[in-house]
Amino acid sequence: MSLNNFFAMGGYATYVWSAYGISFIVLFLNIFLAVRNERKTIDELKKRLGSNNKQ
Amino acid sequence: MYKWIHQFGSPKYFYDISLRLSKWVTIACIVCFISGLYGGLVLAPADYQQGDSFRIIYVHVPAAWMSLFVYIILATSGAISLIWHIKITDIIARVSAPIGASYTFLALSTGAIWGKPMWGTYWVWDARLTSELILLFLYLGYMALQSAFDDKRIAARAGAVLALIGIINIPIIHYSVEWWSTLHQGPTITKLDKPSIHFTMLIPLLLMVIAFKTFYIATALIKIRSEILKYECNSSWVKKILGN
Repeated sequence: MSLNNFFAMGGYATYVWSAYGISFIVLFLNIFLAVRNERKTIDELKKRLGSNNKQ
Repeated sequence: MYKWIHQFGSPKYFYDISLRLSKWVTIACIVCFISGLYGGLVLAPADYQQGDSFRIIYVHVPAAWMSLFVYIILATSGAISLIWHIKITDIIARVSAPIGASYTFLALSTGAIWGKPMWGTYWVWDARLTSELILLFLYLGYMALQSAFDDKRIAARAGAVLALIGIINIPIIHYSVEWWSTLHQGPTITKLDKPSIHFTMLIPLLLMVIAFKTFYIATALIKIRSEILKYECNSSWVKKILGN
């Protein structure tokens, strides 16, 4: 199977690739937001812990 | 059982286990994704009726299945926290809802994209599509409830009640293609019968289902850990972790 055939998806390229595109965007957003929120949480808690220790 | 639930419900215990679990779940997810995509997009032959458009199945069906699976987790954790008042199941339910909602959105949108070339329309108000749309509203309603209350325990309890009422929708979605005449095709895989597709098409589908499931678990574990840290920020074990 050639690469062109693969991307053409037997004439259904628009449908197949947009379905996969949406899926990847949604999955990526899920994991991206989760990791960003984890980092933010840890940073905030560390900051709070640091300021408590100084007092 | 009760003792086990309480040990499992201990935030520190859950945190430690989830750290160990995360690594393996992530590896399993990546392996299944890559092999499932390769199998589904490259190795599997085109469908004799639907041509290459059937390949949408490899994101559509896993998303749809897991939208139901996550909802069952949501309702089950809701029930457990109503009965035993356990923090960790509140947290599991809260972090699961947005992932479940996004899976439901994916099932609906990839289904619409698939429907256009096969049925000639993006949307019909038939039983399967409508009940899946209701599932999306249940998720969104649950999330709205979570942000509507300042007291997280009240929010969790209200959400649990909503989730338990909404669980009636799950068998409706599942059996809708058998109970009502519909444009939606029948189930591809059933527990009692032989699957209606060839194994070169089936194996990638199962891999993608595992990929979506492990993706949910991996994402949920990250979110659960952040929530536990926030919840337990005054306890000594959290201070120890943050101190390093």
